[in-house]
Amino acid sequence: MMNTQGRPTRPAEAEAATPVATFTGNRGLQIEEALIFEIGRPDVSGVDLPPAPKAASRLGKHARRAPLGLPGLTEPEAVRHYVRLSRQNYAIDLGLYPLGSCTMKHNPRLNEAMVRLAGFADIHPLQPLSTVKGAVQLMQELSHWLLTMTGMAAVALSPKAGAHGELCGMMAIKAALAARGESRSIVLVPESAHGTNPATAAQLGYKVVPVPAREDGTVDPAAVKALLSPDVAAIMLTNPNTCGLFERDIVEIAEAVHAAGAFFYGDGANFNAIVGKVRPGDLGVDAMHINLHKTFSTPHGGGGPGSGPVVLSKALAPFAPLPFIRLDAGEPVLVETEEGLAEAETPFGRLTAFHGQMGMYVRALAYMLAHGADGLRQASEDAVLSANYVKARLSDLFNAPYGGRPCMHEVLFDDSSLEGTGVSTLDFAKAMIDEGYHPMTMYFPLVVHGAMLIEPTESESLASLDLFIATLRDLAMAAKAGDTERFRQAPRLAPRRRLDETRAARSPRLSWKDPLPAAEAAE
Amino acid sequence: MRYHPLTDHDRAHMRATIGVGAVDQLFSDVPRDKLLSGLLDLPTTKSELEVERLMGRMAARNVAAGSVPFFVGAGAYRHHVPASVDHLIQRSEFLTSYTPYQPEIAQGTLQVLFEFQSQVGRLTGMEVANAGMYDGSTGCGEAVLMAHRLTRRNKAVLSGTLHPQYRAVVETLGRMAGDTVEALPPDPEATEDILARIDGQTACVVVQSPSVYGHLIDLAPIAEKAHAVGALLVAVVTEVVALGAIEPPGAQGADIVVGEGQSLGNPLGFGGPYVGLFATREKFIRQLPGRLCGETVDADGKRGFVLTLSTREQHIRRDKATSNICTSSGLCALAFSIHATLLGEAGLTRLAAINHASAAATADALAAVPGVKVLNDTFFNEFTVRLPGDAAAIVEKLAAKGIIAGVPMSRLEPGRPELADLLLVAATETTTDDDRAAFAAALAEVL
Ligand SMILES: Cc1ncc(COP(=O)(O)O)c(C=O)c1O
Repeated sequence: MMNTQGRPTRPAEAEAATPVATFTGNRGLQIEEALIFEIGRPDVSGVDLPPAPKAASRLGKHARRAPLGLPGLTEPEAVRHYVRLSRQNYAIDLGLYPLGSCTMKHNPRLNEAMVRLAGFADIHPLQPLSTVKGAVQLMQELSHWLLTMTGMAAVALSPKAGAHGELCGMMAIKAALAARGESRSIVLVPESAHGTNPATAAQLGYKVVPVPAREDGTVDPAAVKALLSPDVAAIMLTNPNTCGLFERDIVEIAEAVHAAGAFFYGDGANFNAIVGKVRPGDLGVDAMHINLHKTFSTPHGGGGPGSGPVVLSKALAPFAPLPFIRLDAGEPVLVETEEGLAEAETPFGRLTAFHGQMGMYVRALAYMLAHGADGLRQASEDAVLSANYVKARLSDLFNAPYGGRPCMHEVLFDDSSLEGTGVSTLDFAKAMIDEGYHPMTMYFPLVVHGAMLIEPTESESLASLDLFIATLRDLAMAAKAGDTERFRQAPRLAPRRRLDETRAARSPRLSWKDPLPAAEAAE
Repeated sequence: MRYHPLTDHDRAHMRATIGVGAVDQLFSDVPRDKLLSGLLDLPTTKSELEVERLMGRMAARNVAAGSVPFFVGAGAYRHHVPASVDHLIQRSEFLTSYTPYQPEIAQGTLQVLFEFQSQVGRLTGMEVANAGMYDGSTGCGEAVLMAHRLTRRNKAVLSGTLHPQYRAVVETLGRMAGDTVEALPPDPEATEDILARIDGQTACVVVQSPSVYGHLIDLAPIAEKAHAVGALLVAVVTEVVALGAIEPPGAQGADIVVGEGQSLGNPLGFGGPYVGLFATREKFIRQLPGRLCGETVDADGKRGFVLTLSTREQHIRRDKATSNICTSSGLCALAFSIHATLLGEAGLTRLAAINHASAAATADALAAVPGVKVLNDTFFNEFTVRLPGDAAAIVEKLAAKGIIAGVPMSRLEPGRPELADLLLVAATETTTDDDRAAFAAALAEVL
């Protein structure tokens, strides 16, 4: 019976919410945060260390002479700084993140716990091999899973992301051609390919020849055959492709490529659609990278780290780079150098120091073990089912240029349904931000106008998909109804409005510059 | 299973909406004879507890560095990482976000990258740094390619001070890209004359300091010679904590600095994931590989950050890009940046001094063992000793006694008998006096 009257427990009759200009610039839970250079001090530290023991310096004449200008924060300040910054990010853990080609699926926390076991986190890549048997065993187990899923002969684990895997696979192809005494100069790349494909080929000195897409969004074997010649080293083909379609003539393409003495590089960024459904090795692929940070859910971390193991066919297996794992009488052995290689082992070199992204291997294997063969197949099927469901429920309002065929794990729309509304793909994406969604991939692939590539993944419930679909429908109808301001002004509710990218590029400010002392500034 | 929110009922409803009877109808573009009918020949789904058991068993077969006296370095170093670092990088909004393609809802990641770039610039003494590479070794490879673009020459000269696995990465990339890479022989005693190898065809000379053998190298004369003939100096740092104590490469004339950032914020983790540091001069930014974050303003005039100068990158320039890199090392860069912020200038300076004293005490303890010779006049937290016997065999004997002694040079440079008796020994703030004493005593026993 105490004090039930003391405090109002009902809001006063509110006016329609209008943005309030606050004194601080903060908006409730959304708190602005300065740079460490503005709030830190060089003499402050968040780490207590004992004084260094007195000892004769062995730095010779190399001791540092000038201050570095590094700001420090105490622990409470640092925790607040980074927690505040974190709250300015969207994340899978907050909501659906339909970035096509990027596979933003749930990141199981078990995997984070496993990678932090001291037996994985606190081992050095160069401590005696007799003391890291479990690590080598883990690499062998991961290899076994990857080879079983892909039906390939060998795997190079060390590439550090998808693009690094592309380098690895294309280097193996280059080495295999050299071993045949050939140096071919052309790599065929479909127009719909991710930018890393042509960039990789060019980095290795190849001339990139584009393969046009046919009307249904897939590669026409006739177009490939017309481009094949004794000078073609390889084709780089993404399957499922970046339009979200399975390349239905892939076997015929692979056969034609092989008949011309060339190799078939498969970009496996979209492998997540077909795990447990079809094996790339059965389709004629010679090399394919697998993005563990997509298909096997190792977290993206705001731009990495990734991990891009490359599976190889029998023809390319001998050229796998160092290090690799060899089975000696059933025991996995880590081969790190050219010393004592068997005759059939002719690695093309080395892609990175040490052994690759062990932390990602641990997470990916934990993911695989948790799913099992049944769960992995289910994940692929659910991903494909979800994308087709989104497509089915949006097809009356959005134009799917290749909608005649079922899509795989992602659905591609163009901007033709927005024609005449004054709303662009970019505007539409920014309006999604105000509705609490991360936009889909925009303007990629380049083969359709104003592309919107939506990948819902298998991690969404039906209710979540339905709400997402309803939101896109509401926005599409608002655009058609002429509510263009909603789009042109968006986002209005994010930590920042649209940012001036032109200004950023014209006069680049890429690092903090200390303000000039007042006297100098006045001059 | 626990990660799949759709129920069979949901799935049936979705199939009906789409208008297919069976999910395999959605896979109708897969050639019929290639579509798998059964399950893959792999185990089926497991509970958390079962996965923990299996993974735990594998982890238990490894000897964790923290459980023994531990002296291994050579490009990856065991440091104490404050607990708040690992807590903060596991914030969902950092851990489970993508590359910041939509800057309005990625200011957290972008501001961190801007701060990271600024910290790396100051540590290395350079004007600009990018948002990170995969690791130090791949960054080294990219630096050589960048030098070739800048000088329009294609010969790189690699010093014998360079980590042999970095050398292998550069050689592989160079060979595959049609460039010439000249590597000098290993330089365990810091006696090489690299100046004589720099000429008018040289695009860049690559020197590591502290060297893989631990020596501190005077970069200034090398930079001077390189610049005199129109070549660039690429300086490599594999232990960034050293920059708390020694002159930054930028102050000695380096044109590109590449570094391994693992030491700050990131666990040993058997070699990865780590983060590569990549810094250069302002005038070279259009040739930088990788992501760059820049400051700008939003439509309301508020300061904000975006990825910028992307006309260098693969998603815009395709086969004309400066590099094919896309996903790099965001979360490791975050860990690096948080640890650097916690340390600050005062903390880093002290941490470096403690590391140096720890290594000096270790060198003194080992030098007192009969038959052991320390090769270095100068070093930071790692040095080379010559043992009276095969270093790899001695390391194995010490491992059997529960001491992880260092890296036998033969592990990195096999087939060079003249290096077989060399051992690289590193010590950090985590090394105790007991560790040192145990190492010296055990070494005396096995020799
Ligand atoms: C189709 C495709 N290929 C290649 C890549 C490159 O992968 P990564 O970013 O891991 O280097 C990506 C992802 O960004 C992709 O979507």
